[in-house]
Amino acid sequence: MKKILVFVLVGMFVTVAFAGCKTAEKALVTFVFAKGDAVRLDPADVTDGESITVMDNIFEGLVKYKPGSTEVEPNLATSWEPSSDGLEWTFYLRKDVTFHDGTPFNADAVVFSFERQRDENHPFHKYGEWDYWGWCFGEIAKTEKVDDYTVKITLDTPFAPFISTMAMFTVFVVSPTSANEWGGQWFTHPVGTGPFTFVEWVKGDHITLEKNPDYWGEKAKIDKLIFRVIDDPSARLLALTKGEVHGMEFPNPDDLENIKNNPDLQILSKPGLSVGYLAMNMGEDTPGYQEEFGDVRVRRAIAHAINKQDIIDYLYKGTAIVAKNPIPPTLWGYNDAIQDYEYNPEKARELLAEAGYPDGFKTNLWAMPVSRPYMFDPTKIATAIQADLAKVGIDAEIVSYDWGTYLDKTDNGEHAMCLLGWTGDYADPDNFLYVLLDPDSATVGSAGNVAFYRNPEVHRLNMEAVTTFDLAKRTELYKQVQVLVHEDVPWVTLAHATQILVFRSNVKGFVLYPTGDYHFDATYFEGEG
Amino acid sequence: MKNYILRRILNLFFVLFLVSIIIFLLLRLAPGDPAKVIAGEHSSPEIIEEIRIRLGLDKPLITQYFIWFKQILRGNLGTSIQTRDSIMKELLLRFPNTFELSVFAMIFAGLIGFPAGIISAVRRYSFLDYVSMFIALLGVSMPVFWLGIMLMMIFGVKLDLLPIGGRLSVYTSLKPITHFYLLDSLITLNGRAFIDTLKHLILPSIALGTIPMAFIARITRSSMLDVLNQDYIRTAKSKGLRQNTVIRKHALKNAMIPILTTAGTIFALLMGGAILTETVFSWPGIGKYVVQAVYARDYPVVQGSVLFIAFLIAVTNLTVDILYAYLDPRIHYQ
Repeated sequence: MKKILVFVLVGMFVTVAFAGCKTAEKALVTFVFAKGDAVRLDPADVTDGESITVMDNIFEGLVKYKPGSTEVEPNLATSWEPSSDGLEWTFYLRKDVTFHDGTPFNADAVVFSFERQRDENHPFHKYGEWDYWGWCFGEIAKTEKVDDYTVKITLDTPFAPFISTMAMFTVFVVSPTSANEWGGQWFTHPVGTGPFTFVEWVKGDHITLEKNPDYWGEKAKIDKLIFRVIDDPSARLLALTKGEVHGMEFPNPDDLENIKNNPDLQILSKPGLSVGYLAMNMGEDTPGYQEEFGDVRVRRAIAHAINKQDIIDYLYKGTAIVAKNPIPPTLWGYNDAIQDYEYNPEKARELLAEAGYPDGFKTNLWAMPVSRPYMFDPTKIATAIQADLAKVGIDAEIVSYDWGTYLDKTDNGEHAMCLLGWTGDYADPDNFLYVLLDPDSATVGSAGNVAFYRNPEVHRLNMEAVTTFDLAKRTELYKQVQVLVHEDVPWVTLAHATQILVFRSNVKGFVLYPTGDYHFDATYFEGEG
Repeated sequence: MKNYILRRILNLFFVLFLVSIIIFLLLRLAPGDPAKVIAGEHSSPEIIEEIRIRLGLDKPLITQYFIWFKQILRGNLGTSIQTRDSIMKELLLRFPNTFELSVFAMIFAGLIGFPAGIISAVRRYSFLDYVSMFIALLGVSMPVFWLGIMLMMIFGVKLDLLPIGGRLSVYTSLKPITHFYLLDSLITLNGRAFIDTLKHLILPSIALGTIPMAFIARITRSSMLDVLNQDYIRTAKSKGLRQNTVIRKHALKNAMIPILTTAGTIFALLMGGAILTETVFSWPGIGKYVVQAVYARDYPVVQGSVLFIAFLIAVTNLTVDILYAYLDPRIHYQ
C-alpha cells in the first residue's frame, strides 16, 4: 500500500514538473543582478547602498544626474528657478506622470514626500527616522504647493548645492496614496513613478521588479529585473560565470585578472564619489597636536615620502586611482591643473632638514579598524605608509581603536596623523571641501575636518561658492580651494576608490554613475533588443 | 517522568534568563558607541545624540535591560535598528529555511556516517575501517567555506548539474504557505518547485552535513566497539546467532544512546544557524541574518537572535533527553 502511494506521488510530481511551466517565462526578458539585500525600500529612510540601488529603478526625483555624470538635469520637474536671494526655489512639474498605483503625480505628492521628513507634526513623520534629511537637507524651511504642478521650496540660508541635493534618493517622490495606506509597513511596498514597478521582496533572497508599461519617459528594455541576494563575492562570481545571474557588484580584487581573461564576462569601472586620505593634525588646540605638523615643509615632506602608486597597485589591487585632490575627478569642479607631489624620498629628506628635522621625528599614525568603501585595508595601508616614512627618518607608531572610538577620538583630535575618508552624499564639491576641510568643520570634539586645517581663505571661498548660483563661477571658486589645499597639504590625498561591476558580455546599455547609483532602464541583452 | 519534564522546562527558562543577561551585558560592555558607528563619518553631535536617544542608549543599563526583558516576556524580541521590522517575524520567516537545510544535512550525515561507523567497528582495523576513518578525519578538518566553493565550482559550474545557491531558482514560482518550501510545493502540488527546491538543497546539505557526518561516523564506531566488547554480545554470539542478527538486534540498540546525544547536539547547533554554509550558498537562514546584524551593529537583532537560538538548542536537548527514556528502559527519571 505504502509503495503504491509513493509511486503515485512521484508520478504526479514528475508529470507536473515537466508540464511546461517554462514557456510563459521564456518570452519575458529577465535580467538578474547579484548583490546584497536591501534594508528598507523607503527612499527617505535608508542610508545603505544596497537599498538605494534597488530604489533608483522604482522612484524618481524632481531632478537627476545625467547618465554617467554629476551634472543635474530635469526629471519630474521640467524646469526650476531660484529667487534672486537664493532662498526660494520654484519647481515646475511634469503633467503626464502617474504613480505605479494610478495616483496622479502632482504638487501634493512632492509636498507629501518632503514634508513627511521635515515636519515633526506630519502624520507620516513617526514612521521613519529620516537620517539623510538631517544630514543634507537641514536648510529646507518648508515645501509648499503653489498650484497643482508648481512647488515652492523655501530655504533658511542661500545654499547653492541645494539643486544637487535634489537629485538624491532621499527626495525621490513617493505615492502619498500608497504610503498612507501602508503607514509603518510602507517600506516593503514601495510605489514610485520610475521605469520599474515593485513586485515582491523575499527577504534575504531576492527582490523582483517589472517593467512599468505606462512609464512617461523611454520605457525599460528588459521586462523583469531581479536583484538576487548573494553576499559572498566568490559565490557571486560563480553564479555569474555559470550564467545564473547577468551582472554583479563588488568582485574580489583578486578575481579581477580571471574575469578579464574570461571572454563571457566584461568589467565596468569608474571612480566613485569618494576619497581616502591621510590627515595631519594642524590644530594647536587639540590633544594630539605635534608642533612638527604645524610646519608646511614637514607636511610636504610626508606627501613626497609616500609612494601612492604602490599603495594603489598592491593594496587597493587596482580598484582605485591615485588622488591628487580632495574631490574625485568624476565630480564637476575638479582641478586637473594641479600637479601632485611626486614620490621622492630624497626631496622629502631635504624638506625635513630645511624644517629643522634632519633626523626625522617620532609620531603616531592612526589606522581605521574596519574596511570602508574608500579604503579596503587600512591596516596594511598604514603599514606601507609607516615603511615609507621610516625611509625618510620619521618613526610613526601605528595606533588603532574600535570603529566608534576611532571616530570619537579623531573628531577630538587625539591623533597626529590619521587615515580616514569620505563617501559623498551628493555630487557637489561643497560636500567635500566644506564638510572635510573648512574651518567651520574643525570644531574639536565633532570635527569632520580631522586635520583641523583652518585657512580663512578656504572658508571665504567656500562661503562664496554656496551663495553663488552660476555653475561656472562655482567651479572656479572650488578650483581655487583645491589650489590652497594643495599648497597647505593638510592631507596626503591617497585614493579614489573605483566602483566595479561585472556583467555577462552580452549585456549592453548599462551606465555607471559616479554616485554609485544603478539604473537598469537602458540595459538590454545584445541580440534580444 | 512528568515531574522530570516539568523540572527540565523550569530549568530551561532559567537558562534562557541567564543567557539574556549575558548577551545583554556582552553587547553593552563591548567598546565603541553604537550611535557613533551608525552615524559613521557624519559627526555632528546633535545627530549622534538623537540616535542615542532613539536607541534608548541614554537610559541607565538596568532600565535598558528591564525594558528588553519585559518585551521578551510578551514574546516580543524587539525591532531591528536596521530594518525596523519585528525581530520575531524575521526569525520565524528564516527559521523554516534553516530548519529544512539542517534536516537535509542531518539526513546526509546520518545516511553516510552511521553505516560507515558500523562497518568500521565491525571490521575493525580492516581496509574499510581505515578508509572510512580517514574520510571522517578529512570531513572534520575540512573548512566549510572552501568545501562549499569547491562543490559549487565542480557541480554548479563545471558539470552544470546543480544550482549554485539560493533557495529556489528565480524562474520558479512558489506560493509560500508554511515557508517550508518542500512542504509548500507539496501542498500546492507544484512539482516543478518541489524538484527545484530539492536541487537547491543538495550542495548546501553536503557542505553543512560533512562535519556532522564525520562526527557521527566516529562516535558510531567507538560506541559500537564499546558495546561489542560487552558480555551479552559474547553470549549472543556463543548462542550461535548470526553476526548480522547480533549487530542489529543486540549491539545497535545499545550503542544508540551516545550517537543520539551527539546527533541531537549537532542538529541543535545546525539550527542555530549554519553561518558559513548559509553565506556561501546565499541561503536566507538565521545564521546569515545574525551575521549581517553583527556587521551592521544591529544590537537588538543580535541579542534577540542569540536568545532564540539558545531556546532552540535547549528545546532540542530536552527532546533528546526525553527520547532516551523510550530507547533505554534502564534510564529512570526522578
